[in-house]
Amino acid sequence: MLEDLTQKFERALKKVTGQGKLTESNISDTLREIRRVLLDADVNYKVAKDFMDDVKVKALGQEVLTSVSPGQLITKIIYDELTELMGGQQRELSINPSGTTVILLVGLQGCGKTTFAGKLAKSLSQKKRNVLLTAADVYRPAAIDQLKQLGNNINVPVFTIDGSKDVVKISQDSIAYAKANNLNTVIIDTAGRLHIDEDMMDEVSRIKQTVKPNETLFVVDSMTGQDAVNSAKAFHDRVDFDGIVLTKLDGDSRGGCALSIKAVVSKPIKYVSMGEKLDSIEVFHPDRLASRILGKGDIVSLVEKAQEQFDSKETEDLEKKFLANKFDFDDFLKQIKMIKKMGSLKSIIAMVPGLNKAMKNQEVDDKQLVKVESIIQSMTIAERKNPKLLNGGRRKRIAKGSGNSIQDVNRLIKQHGEMKKMMKMMNSKGGMSSLGNLRNIGLN
Amino acid sequence: MALFSNINFEKLRSGLSKTRNKFINNLNEAFTGIELVNEDTLDEVESILISSDIGSELSESILDMARIKLKEEKDLSKDNFLKLIKHELGKVLTKNADSRSNSADEMEKYKPYVILIVGVNGAGKTTTIGKLASNFKNAGKKVIIGSADTFRAAANEQLEVWAGRAGVEIISGKMGSDPSSVAFATMEAANKMNADVVFIDTAGRLHTKNDLMHELSKIERVIKKVVDHAPNEAYLVVDGNSGQNALTQAREFSKFSQITGLIVTKLDGTAKGGMIFQICNELQIPVKYIGVGEGIDDLQDFDKQKYLDALFNEVA
Ligand SMILES: Nc1nc2c(ncn2[C@@H]2O[C@H](COP(=O)(O)OP(=O)(O)OP(=O)(O)O)[C@@H](O)[C@H]2O)c(=O)[nH]1
Ligand SMILES: [Mg+2]
Repeated sequence: MLEDLTQKFERALKKVTGQGKLTESNISDTLREIRRVLLDADVNYKVAKDFMDDVKVKALGQEVLTSVSPGQLITKIIYDELTELMGGQQRELSINPSGTTVILLVGLQGCGKTTFAGKLAKSLSQKKRNVLLTAADVYRPAAIDQLKQLGNNINVPVFTIDGSKDVVKISQDSIAYAKANNLNTVIIDTAGRLHIDEDMMDEVSRIKQTVKPNETLFVVDSMTGQDAVNSAKAFHDRVDFDGIVLTKLDGDSRGGCALSIKAVVSKPIKYVSMGEKLDSIEVFHPDRLASRILGKGDIVSLVEKAQEQFDSKETEDLEKKFLANKFDFDDFLKQIKMIKKMGSLKSIIAMVPGLNKAMKNQEVDDKQLVKVESIIQSMTIAERKNPKLLNGGRRKRIAKGSGNSIQDVNRLIKQHGEMKKMMKMMNSKGGMSSLGNLRNIGLN
Repeated sequence: MALFSNINFEKLRSGLSKTRNKFINNLNEAFTGIELVNEDTLDEVESILISSDIGSELSESILDMARIKLKEEKDLSKDNFLKLIKHELGKVLTKNADSRSNSADEMEKYKPYVILIVGVNGAGKTTTIGKLASNFKNAGKKVIIGSADTFRAAANEQLEVWAGRAGVEIISGKMGSDPSSVAFATMEAANKMNADVVFIDTAGRLHTKNDLMHELSKIERVIKKVVDHAPNEAYLVVDGNSGQNALTQAREFSKFSQITGLIVTKLDGTAKGGMIFQICNELQIPVKYIGVGEGIDDLQDFDKQKYLDALFNEVA
């Protein structure tokens, strides 16, 4: 058993030289897998490709300084990059502090504009704004009724002109109405339209030009597939929207279209809509969407945990000791404790796709760690610092004290000795740019 | 399918053609003349398949199949490769060829013929019912619609407008009332008026909402109480713009109703609706109709060959 653990140690050591940095070859499997993950999350083919290429360029050569594999590290880098890409922009609505704030909602049919209009109206009313809803969908049967009923439920007036099909006039008049009635916020709900419908696109761009909204929001169904790039781009070309609203995120779609849209129009996601009830509106959290798209929240948190544990001063000290070839049993113990803080070996391995399979023939047993730990804990401080003290009598005492056989104790001491020898070799070769993967004990 | 055989495919063609042109341009770029297949071609075809929402896994297996087939062929040109791809795609869609359907014969056997319409929010259920009702009415059937969406604001009013346009009967319930009671009342009314076809519209629901999904099962149970062969069909309406989630929708809705057909809407846009391949592949649910616009006539029979041809711009 101890044998296994040490073999893993040795293998880890052997790998250090090759895996200290992210290279084409040590991340290619993960990149391929993540590309697939992105496509399955509905990220557009071309967007996924460009994104992966960018990330690769940025990541290559980065040092694997933490207790994770290159694959895990690149996953984390991709996650950070995604989060950055989807956040990192101002996401507040632009509110006109003195006059009337006009918000225009546009999008395809059935994407959830009307429901979102109700939600936004409710949320802004709660922030003490005086809201008017404008029903500018004169096409879909009962769309106006729908908005009226929503407005009624939340005590927000709804502006319509009975019988009128002139949505530009309706929109314009609604603003005049708001001004006359001390309403400082107007939300215009437009009809859903296809981005290739010239007449309809022309209509919405005329509304935009006439009312000059403070904020134009493109509402998009989070279940949208590859074509999101086309519709978003067309809407953007015609109405130059300021922000994106992602709807129906209370389902289980992965929401990759958000990345596609960000990639083609580079406008911030301002809200997410999470249900049919009028208070299920939320501000957007880029990190949550990133892990939703990636579906790898587990790896990300593993890497974060690892970074937390290993990026500490303690780790630096350990690293120095490795390099100075002063890695004693106390350091060994610290390392085991770090691993244990991250969870059981099994759970760590289970979190990492691929690793589980790769490890299937290897007995991964936390008992091994416990055993090593118990042996070391039975050593005196002096013995831990200076293994040379460990003569036969002391070994017997340690075996007895820790409840292990004398052979186990001997093996551990021998292996520690070999580890040190190996480290010395590697150090003298100077081939070790980073000791990152040395900390992969038990994982490799 | 007798009932809709009179429809013309111009709309589908012109609808699909709007971006199909782009799709085809891509293909033509990929397949100029008799150039031989190489890595670039494979990448390009993969990109085209995936960009049509066919999904990475199925795209890959279609590509693999076509490659294997190509090895047995004398003609190693890209053109031929494209033909093989199309053939493989076609095979996926035939997996449901012999499924039961509302053919004229089948409809004669059951009276009333009851069709339940389900799907996620905004997929196009209500609009599709309007179109279907109009088509069946025009085919000489006595039609009644039940508005069992008692949740969404103005759902009744919307369906009432459609019933009016189609010139058919409608039963609606009060907002907030139990949708299955509306379905029940509709079935009773159908019996009374001796209706041929009944449509039940349901509220949009995300398949992740367990209580709402159980509500669907309840609607089914309740309509059976009045007409024991009901429902004859449960159609899942899927937004043509949707991506991979459509497969999950089909899987989950299938757990609560026996989905007998798909209706794919909004194919008048630029989305290609390629997720139907995965749904057919995994669940063997046939595509029945496609929606190609917001007008009452903008519904078409799904014709596999025509769809493939339209996708590959080879409409005769
Ligand atoms: N362009 C186009 N729009 C469609 C099509 N089918 C439906 N729509 C539009 O999509 C929007 C939503 O349609 P509905 O029929 O209300 O959808 P639903 O599934 O009943 O919606 P909920 O009941 O709210 O869940 C409306 O604006 C329809 O006009 C289609 O085939 N093409
Ligand atoms: Mg509806």
